[in-house]
Amino acid sequence: MAVRQSRGDLIEAIFLIRAYRTTLPRFAASRPIDTGKMLIERRISATYKDLPGGQLLGPTFDYTHRLIEPDMAEDGAVPAPASRQPADDGPAPRVTDILGDEALIEGDGPDDGGEPADLTRSPLAFPASRDLRLQALARGDEGFLLGLGYSTQRGYGRTHPFVGEIRIGEVEVEVDLPEFGFAVTIGRVRVTECQMVSQFTGSKDVPPKFTRGYGLVFGQLERKAMAMSLVDRALRADEFDEERRAPAQDEEFVLAHSDNVQATGFVEHLKLPHYVDFQAEIELLRRMKGEHGGAGSADEAPHSDAGRPSGSGGAEEDAKT
Amino acid sequence: MLDRHHPVVYTSRQYGLNQLLFPSDGKIMHRPDGPSTASSPDPGRRRAVSAFAQADAAFLREAWAKLGGGREISPLRGPESGLVMVRGRAGGGGAPFNLGEASVTRASVRLDGGTVGHSMVLGRDGTRATYAAAFDALWQVEAERDDVESHVVTVVETALADADRERRSETEATRVDFFTMMRGED
Repeated sequence: MAVRQSRGDLIEAIFLIRAYRTTLPRFAASRPIDTGKMLIERRISATYKDLPGGQLLGPTFDYTHRLIEPDMAEDGAVPAPASRQPADDGPAPRVTDILGDEALIEGDGPDDGGEPADLTRSPLAFPASRDLRLQALARGDEGFLLGLGYSTQRGYGRTHPFVGEIRIGEVEVEVDLPEFGFAVTIGRVRVTECQMVSQFTGSKDVPPKFTRGYGLVFGQLERKAMAMSLVDRALRADEFDEERRAPAQDEEFVLAHSDNVQATGFVEHLKLPHYVDFQAEIELLRRMKGEHGGAGSADEAPHSDAGRPSGSGGAEEDAKT
Repeated sequence: MLDRHHPVVYTSRQYGLNQLLFPSDGKIMHRPDGPSTASSPDPGRRRAVSAFAQADAAFLREAWAKLGGGREISPLRGPESGLVMVRGRAGGGGAPFNLGEASVTRASVRLDGGTVGHSMVLGRDGTRATYAAAFDALWQVEAERDDVESHVVTVVETALADADRERRSETEATRVDFFTMMRGED
């Protein structure tokens, strides 16, 4: 609906949805979804060939020829999908749980039972906890995260990752409702989860282990889930005493710029009339130029901040123009 | 931006229900979090409510025409749309984090006999939420429970299981069967 209204402009569609969302009350928070019980539509691992539950390619462009298909110009009939009797029922264990048994990989981390931070209710604060970072990344722009994830692979940040597992499928959403006094399933959502396994870490006290980055996003969107897991791992630099040198390791940089509606707001506001701002700068420039020519001494040109980008003062400054 | 500073009322609204359920005459119809039968974890009701929430509106409407016995559904609350913050866990099993919000619709209704039913469903379909709540109420009527179980709960569960099986079969067709090429064979 929003995509259609925004004529395919996805950031505009997100804007519409967010504006609509502000009109709705929040009834509750769900119980954390259990991706281990997912109805799997795709599940691959680049680290284990024969993992329990097997490798299921599902709907993917991997291994396909990138040849343009002229038939796609028309809405032809779609052939029925191939099907085969499933070998076994039941959920497939997460790969990280398999490796975890040998203590070769760090665990999922403790659950202290606290309420997770919510950046839609309180402004971002730094340093950000991992729950807050994961929320920001899950809301983050796919292209931005993809670029950052790529940068970590190219050497801007320490990762040498393997895809432990990617899985796509539907999970049940359960909510504890006071009306019932127990948790009820209110429906299912499709999610994509990526477990990225990364370099070892260890110390005198702790034997070396693989570390992990985690990606979880709504829908079938493995590129973003993968990018999110790379960036999540990069942002954990402090946990592993890694030097923070690359943009992807800088949580302020990443979290402050990952929201594409915020980004588009500030970039696109440059289209709005800045006539007064600009006129002021022209006046200043003329005066400087006049002084420069008149006095004949370039050394005494007044130092000014005329080079400062217009509008950097934020909303108040814009309001004046 | 927009979403961060907008005053959004939440959580407190869910307690507005108590006033609806505890009318001024002090007659307790159904206490949502008190020591009534409904508040003890009831696997049967839980299963039924989960099925109602996942059925589609047209199916529920037709089923209500057959099973409702002409009972009138009077709205207690809603149907109203709102949000549920869906949570995930770091690493899949660690500390919870807020993944993102999903739109939901909830409803509370009272049937002729005074039985109160509730629902919450994903999406914005008020009709679906209303009938799901009505069936929750009907399920609580002992005399009707068997019919609701066999004509709604079981039917929905079977349909879900069939759809799941079909999807699993399609996924199964993409399973990777690794094998080793043997040299020297035809």
